Amino acid sequence: MPALLEVKDLKKYFKTGRGMLHAVDGISFTLEQGQTLGVVGESGCGKSTLGRTILHLLDATGGRILFEGEDITSPSRAELHVLRRKMQIIFQDPFSSLNPRMSVSAAIMEPLLIHSGLSRDDMQAETRKLMDTVGLAERYANAYPHELDGGRRQRIGIARALALNPRFIVCDEPVSALDVSIQAQVLNLLLDLQEERKLTYIFVTHDLSVVKYISNEIMVMYLGQMVEKAPSDELFENALHPYTKALLSAIPEPDIHCQQERILIHGEITSPINPAPGCRFMARCPYASEACAEPQILEEYAPNHFVSCCKCGELNK
Amino acid sequence: MEQQNLLEISDLAVEYQTDDAVVHAVNGINLVVRKGETLGVVGETGAGKTTIARSILRILPNPQARVRAGKILFDGLDLMRISEKEMRKIRGNKIAMIFQDPMTALNPIERVGDQIAETIGLHNKILRADAQRRAVDMLEMVGIPGERYDEYPHQFSGGMKQRVVIAMALACKPELLLADEPTTALDVTIQAQVLEMMQSLKKKLGASIILITHDLGVVANICDVVAVIYAGEIVEYGTAEDIFDRAAHPYTRGLFNSLPRLRSSERRLKPIGGLMPDPSNLPAGCKFGVRCPHAQSVCHAENPGVRETEAGHLVKCFYAGGEY
Amino acid sequence: MGASGGSDKQKKYSAFGEVWRQLKKNKLAMAGLVIIVLLILIAIFAPVIAPYSYVEQDPLQKFAPSSREHLLGTDNLGRDVLSRLLYGSRQSLQMGLYSVAIAAIIGIIIGAIAGFYGGWLDNLLMRILDIYQCIPMMLLCIVLAAALGPSLTNATVAIGICSAPGYARLIRASILTIRELEYIEAARAIDASDFRIITKHIIPNAIAPMIVQITMSIGGMILSGAMLTYIGLGAQPPVAEWGGMLADGRNYMRQHASQVIYPGICIMISVLSFNLLGDGLRDALDPRLKN
Repeated sequence: MPALLEVKDLKKYFKTGRGMLHAVDGISFTLEQGQTLGVVGESGCGKSTLGRTILHLLDATGGRILFEGEDITSPSRAELHVLRRKMQIIFQDPFSSLNPRMSVSAAIMEPLLIHSGLSRDDMQAETRKLMDTVGLAERYANAYPHELDGGRRQRIGIARALALNPRFIVCDEPVSALDVSIQAQVLNLLLDLQEERKLTYIFVTHDLSVVKYISNEIMVMYLGQMVEKAPSDELFENALHPYTKALLSAIPEPDIHCQQERILIHGEITSPINPAPGCRFMARCPYASEACAEPQILEEYAPNHFVSCCKCGELNK
Repeated sequence: MEQQNLLEISDLAVEYQTDDAVVHAVNGINLVVRKGETLGVVGETGAGKTTIARSILRILPNPQARVRAGKILFDGLDLMRISEKEMRKIRGNKIAMIFQDPMTALNPIERVGDQIAETIGLHNKILRADAQRRAVDMLEMVGIPGERYDEYPHQFSGGMKQRVVIAMALACKPELLLADEPTTALDVTIQAQVLEMMQSLKKKLGASIILITHDLGVVANICDVVAVIYAGEIVEYGTAEDIFDRAAHPYTRGLFNSLPRLRSSERRLKPIGGLMPDPSNLPAGCKFGVRCPHAQSVCHAENPGVRETEAGHLVKCFYAGGEY
Repeated sequence: MGASGGSDKQKKYSAFGEVWRQLKKNKLAMAGLVIIVLLILIAIFAPVIAPYSYVEQDPLQKFAPSSREHLLGTDNLGRDVLSRLLYGSRQSLQMGLYSVAIAAIIGIIIGAIAGFYGGWLDNLLMRILDIYQCIPMMLLCIVLAAALGPSLTNATVAIGICSAPGYARLIRASILTIRELEYIEAARAIDASDFRIITKHIIPNAIAPMIVQITMSIGGMILSGAMLTYIGLGAQPPVAEWGGMLADGRNYMRQHASQVIYPGICIMISVLSFNLLGDGLRDALDPRLKN
């Protein structure tokens, strides 16, 4: 059986006034049904663009996307209509991703209205069921988004994504805008739904602790490229790329005893416009040398553990 | 060693008047900041953290906000009673504030160096050239080369802008620094840089800091004393060890349990059920009562008093210190 | 500090209920609204309320001062000023409302096309508007008057056409903003059609600034209408129109100041009340000002 999702050398460039912005630059991976791939990186690394390009909310510049073994890189209008039922997205900002003039039930019913062909009564029943699934009390059916808190709003977004019973969902920072106690509620909901419905997730986030908790496999992105990809536990125990190491050590742990040795990287993300062919982390990397100016190759250093760094072997003896 | 109290807040209560309700943002808060100490104020959105900072600086939105009760003593001076003119001498000079969003805190059409120099000139009668020289020093102190004095904010990245904002706040050598979510808008690697910098500045300048944040990780990193705030009340107060090792209030414990951690193999978080109560319609009794897994009938009837479970560790819960 | 997420006490307001609730609190806007409603009633029932017809002359009573028969006196031809003012509200309101309707319809269509489809079409339409905005309204009006003869209708059409570009720009700008919002992307993600996106997601959210603009500009249009009549390009005598009454009264201003003061006050009050209502609507519709 083919993997649920296979992405090969995916590229998405944007034309800007100063040149081509390489938002996603040659990303490849496969994702099996029921698994979660965490995509981590800092702002501007292209992680959200990756998710949107896979979903065809943006058109790919190059590469191929296979879904259930079928090439969906450039679908026709009708094919796309069918695809939308199978692939969905949960947005980051529960404030801006909901139409302020649509009530809760209208927002959840909208996908059904477009796709299901059910009668009005059946749709209403289905909407109630969805609200129940995501833990929204029925009395909110006629409320408007601005009357609800962030957590409930995000539940509306989740219900909308679930309405068409998709197999695959891109979660684009779904909990970043929420408070910790609410964040945990939503994360647990996402895990429960995955178990019940055998969902496959791509979980895009900047928060490594969240991604560890929810993913089977994690991909670290830097300026449009994959610098490291490994099974979740492996990545946290045995990070190999200098950027991943710095990223991991930068997270402030809520613990006063673990005196973490912080690896500070200096400088900030360089511009993704017309990048040089070499390692993109080079400018900030403490170990950079001439070899880093050459294009980097993704190599498998341990089973399923891929790193794109020419000095990886040398640094991790 | 007994240190001197720099700031004492007692029984502060602030409310906001909206069209059809009174929002009880801060409800009787007592806080002490000693000289050279960093106090972390932790809480979720709407807990009243920012309101506390604004009350100290007297920059609450007028006329919606009203200080209902309380006293704020800064170095023995009652900030609630002094005139606006006197307050202006303190604001930005003895007490400085760093805001959450570095993007909006800087004037986009003025050179960053000049913005710092201007703050210095505002509070000190010194020559312009001297102010400029000190501005360069400040930039270098926060790790920005002095040559960038003449650049404009848009030429700086987010992390650098936040450093400029910090340099501006520190320019007059304040005795107290109020930092309202200073790293929330930044990426982790940049946040690490800023935190590292704040830590070293803390040692170098000896200023007291009130760090307002929702991030327990940041608190663990630089705070000596922690106040956990919920629905406008301090529910737990103590040293960092007290809070991180021996959290006693059910809310504090709940917060720790809902945090996904890097170094744990838990496959499931334990969130706190429910939501923070509507601050315009607070429940009688313990404000955390409705969400508390251990709540008894007394919790819904009476507001628990503060108990000292061990020296300096205060918990606002009936069952603090005992078993739930 | 928003009172976010009241858990038990959920207040429910529909979108318009909410606006109305906000508007009601604004006393000036409500005063404006009351005056506007009164004006409309007066315009409708002018023949019933007015003590005389607007053309009825009493040659023996020219420039009569206020009296029981003529509450506000009479004009140079002995016509009752109050009656003429009451009838005049018809012309002024008509001009204001019709020209706004013309401007809004033309503007919304052009602006919506330009904003939603963008690209070369947007560019073309906007450049045409640029050129078009250079034509002075007065000139257009004179041309229309020259071609079709001066009349209230032609003046109204001229004002409407000349104000359309403002609307087009406004609606285009708000569509451009809304188009980039996440909920439009969310609608695309469930494969909503262009038609659905425009009608369900964009228009309802773009309409608020339009309503404000429409209300605010009625006042301006009434002023323009009065001005055009004043210089003889609008309503033609003997029709009573405030601008026209000003024009007639101007000659006797020194001896009989009331001839210009009364119509002047009428114009002022009606313009002011539309502006007050527009201001109030803007505050009520702007979510940033909501508590």
